[in-house]
Amino acid sequence: MEAAHAHDDGHDHVPSGLMRYVTTTNHKDIGSMYLWFSFAMFLVGGVMALTIRAELFQPGLQLVRPEFFNTMTTLHGLIMVFGAIMPAFVGFANWQIPMMIGAPDMAFPRMNNWSFWLLPPAASLLVLSLFVPGGGPGAGWTLYAPLTVQQGMGMDLTIFAIHILGMSSIMGSINIVTTILNMRAPGMTLMKMPLFVWTWLITAYLLIAVMPVLAGAVTMTLTDRHFGTNFFNAAGGGDPVMFQHIFWFFGHPEVYIIAIPAFGVVSQILPAFSRKPLFGYASMVYATASIAILSFLVWAHHMYTVGMPVEAQLYYMFATMLIAVPTGVKVFNWVATMWKGSMTFETPMLFAIGFLFLFTLGGFTGLVLAVVPVDVQLHDTYYVVAHFHYVMVAGALYAAFGGVYFWLPKWIGKMYDERLGKIHFWLSIIFFNIAFFPQHFLGLAGMPRRIPDYSLQFADFNMVSTIGAFGFGMAQIFFLYILLKAIRSGEPAPAKPWDGADTLEWTHLPSPAPYHSFEDPPQIR
Amino acid sequence: MKVPYISKILATCLLLAVPCLSMAAWNINFQPGNTLLADDIQQLHLIVMIVCVVIFVGVFGFMFYAIFKHRKSVGHKASNFHENTTVEIIWTVIPFFILAGLAWPATETLLAMRDTSSPDMTIKATGYQWMWGYEYLDEGIQFYSALSTPQGQIDGTEPKTENYLLEVDNPVVVPVGKRIRVLTTASDVLHAWYVPALAVKQDAVPGFIRDTWFKAEETGVFRGQCAELCGKQHGFMPIVVHVVSQEDYDAWVAEQKQKISGKELGAPIKLVADSQ
Ligand SMILES: [Cu+2]
Repeated sequence: MEAAHAHDDGHDHVPSGLMRYVTTTNHKDIGSMYLWFSFAMFLVGGVMALTIRAELFQPGLQLVRPEFFNTMTTLHGLIMVFGAIMPAFVGFANWQIPMMIGAPDMAFPRMNNWSFWLLPPAASLLVLSLFVPGGGPGAGWTLYAPLTVQQGMGMDLTIFAIHILGMSSIMGSINIVTTILNMRAPGMTLMKMPLFVWTWLITAYLLIAVMPVLAGAVTMTLTDRHFGTNFFNAAGGGDPVMFQHIFWFFGHPEVYIIAIPAFGVVSQILPAFSRKPLFGYASMVYATASIAILSFLVWAHHMYTVGMPVEAQLYYMFATMLIAVPTGVKVFNWVATMWKGSMTFETPMLFAIGFLFLFTLGGFTGLVLAVVPVDVQLHDTYYVVAHFHYVMVAGALYAAFGGVYFWLPKWIGKMYDERLGKIHFWLSIIFFNIAFFPQHFLGLAGMPRRIPDYSLQFADFNMVSTIGAFGFGMAQIFFLYILLKAIRSGEPAPAKPWDGADTLEWTHLPSPAPYHSFEDPPQIR
Repeated sequence: MKVPYISKILATCLLLAVPCLSMAAWNINFQPGNTLLADDIQQLHLIVMIVCVVIFVGVFGFMFYAIFKHRKSVGHKASNFHENTTVEIIWTVIPFFILAGLAWPATETLLAMRDTSSPDMTIKATGYQWMWGYEYLDEGIQFYSALSTPQGQIDGTEPKTENYLLEVDNPVVVPVGKRIRVLTTASDVLHAWYVPALAVKQDAVPGFIRDTWFKAEETGVFRGQCAELCGKQHGFMPIVVHVVSQEDYDAWVAEQKQKISGKELGAPIKLVADSQ
C-alpha cells in the first residue's frame, strides 16, 4: 500500500489543455485516452472494412486493385485487433480496476502513461505503411511467411508497429497484475474481487506470455527479409509452416485476450440488471482460468490443412472440443444469473444479452470448425470469417458497448439518452446479422476468404452482406453522436444509477468519480 | 442422399423475413459432394449442427423464458440464489459426453480422410504465383493451368459468363472411380489446392510435399480455387477438374503424349517476380 500512496503528493494541480493528457499519470485520464484512441481506430478499421465490402458488393473489380484489397484486409484485421479491441479493454481496466478494488491508482502510473503513448506512434506506422513504396502489408493479419518476405517496405513498418504494440501490451499487463495483486483494499480477498478484475488478471498473464512470442515471429520475418536468415525459407533449411506454429501459439491465446475481458464486463452487467448475484462466481473464476490454460494447447487447430500428422490433428481436435466445456459453464452461469431475477432492459443489459446470444452462436460455429474433416472443407472460407466476427464483434465489441453504457454515468457523471442507446443496440444487432450471417452460407458453398472478386454463385449473399456492413457502420456513427450528446447535455447521474450494481465504484464513490479516488482505502467487510 | 439440413431450416427462418427472395438462387449449404468422403463430411456436419441447435434452443429457451417472465415490469421479485453444486457438476459433466459422442464419428472420418495409401494414380500440383502446374507422375504428362476468364469480364467491360473466375486453359483430367493421390507443393509462397465437391483442401508449401486424395463417384466438371492467400492474384488461380470415363481418360492421355512427342510443351511459363 505504501507504493500506492507515495506518488499522490504534488499531483493536485492538474496541467491544463493538451499537456494534461501528455503528462498525466492518472488512471482515469489514461483510461479515457485508451477508450477514445480505440474508438478512433475502430472508425479507421471500419472504413477499411467498408472498402472491402464495397468492392465485394458485386462480382468484378470495381473500386480497388487486388493488391490494395489485400492491404485493406490486412490492416483492417491488425487495426481492429491491436488498435481497437485490445486498447478498449485496457481502457476499461484502467478506469475500473483501481475503483473496483479500492486502490487510488495503478501500481506504476508513469509506465501507464508510457504504455498509452506508445500506441499512437504504432498506429501511425500502420497507417503510414499505405503511403510508402510497395504499399501497405498485403499478407493478411496472420502475416504468413513467405508471402511477407516478398512484400514492400510497408511490411517493415508493420513489423515495427507490432513490436511497439507488444511493448505497450506487456507494460500494461505488468501494471495490471501488480495493481491487482498488491493494491487491493484491506479485506478485498482474491475471491471477493469483482469478476471483471479476475478476468483482467488472467488476461494480463496471457498477454505477458504470448506477446513476446509474436514479437519473435515478426522479428524472424524481419531478419529473413533483410539479413539473410532462412527461418521460413525451405531452400535455406527453414520451414514456412514454423511461422504458423509460432504465430498461432500467440494467436490462439490472443483470441481469449480479446474475449476474456469481455466475459468480465458481461459478468458485471448481467447481475446488475437481474438484481441478483452472479451465479457460480467461483466456477466462473475456475472456468476462465481453464479456458486461459487450454488456450495454450490448441494453436494448431488453425492449421488443419497444412499437412500435419493425423495423430496431431486428432490431439488438436480433442483439445479444442474440450474448451467447449468451460465455455459452456460460463454460458450456463450467465443464464442462471438471469433466471428468477427481476430484470430490466436498459442499453447495457441489451448489449450483454446480445453478447450472450451471438457469442454463443459464434462458439457453436467454433465447435463445427473444431471437427477436422468439416474444417478441412471450411478452412480459409467465409465460414471462418463469419465465425470469428461473431466472436469478435458480437462478442467482444458488444461487451465493450455494454460496458461503455454501463459505466459512462460513473465516468462523466451524466446519463446517456436511454432511447437512443436502445436504437443503437437494435440497429447494431440487426445490421450485424445481415452482414455476417450470410457469410456462413458463402463459406459452406466454398467461397475462399481474402479474395477481391468471386464467381457468380456467390453474388447474392455478398450483396446482402455489404448492405448489412454499411448499416452496421452507420450505427456506430450514431453511437458517437450518443456519446457526445451525453457528454454535452446528459442528465446528471446519481451515484448508483443501476439498482443491482454492488461493486465499490457504485457504492463508495459519487458520480462522476473524483479525479483521485480511494486515497484512503475503503474497508471491505 | 440429401437430408433436410438444419442449417437450411435456420436459413429459411432468416429468409422468411424477406419474402421476395426465392430459395432456389440462394445456396446455403455445401456444394453437392462427388466423393464418399464428401458425403461423410456433410453427414458429420449435419450431426454437429443438430447437436448445436438442440443445445442452442434449450439454453436460449431458458434465457428467453426468463426474459419474459422474470422481469421487473411484470412484478417478478429477484431470488437470491447464487450457486448450486449439483447443477454445476451436471452441466460440466454432460457436455463431456456429448463431445465424446461427436469426437467418435469425427475421428472415423478423419482417419479415412488422411489415409492416402494405395492410390491408382498420382498427380503433383504445384502452386505458382498465379497458376497451377500439374505433373502426372505415372504418365509423364505435365502442363500449366491458368485462369482463362478474359480481363474484360473482370473489369466489367464485357458481360460475365457462367463460369466466371472458375475456368482455366488446361483442366486436370482424371478417370472416374479411381483413387487419385494429389501431391501438393509450391514454388514461391503458400497456396492451397481446394475443390469443394471433391472434399479436398491441402496447403501447398514451398519446399515441402504434402498429399491428399479423392475418388470421384461420377463424371463431370468440378471447380475450386486457391484457398491460401498468395499475393495479388490469389483470387484468380482456379482449379478445374474434369472427371471422365476411363476410355475418355485413356484417349486424353494418348493425346497429351502425342503433344509431348510433337514437342508442343505448351506456352513457356512466365514467373512474375512482382511483390504482393
Ligand atoms: Cu495461390
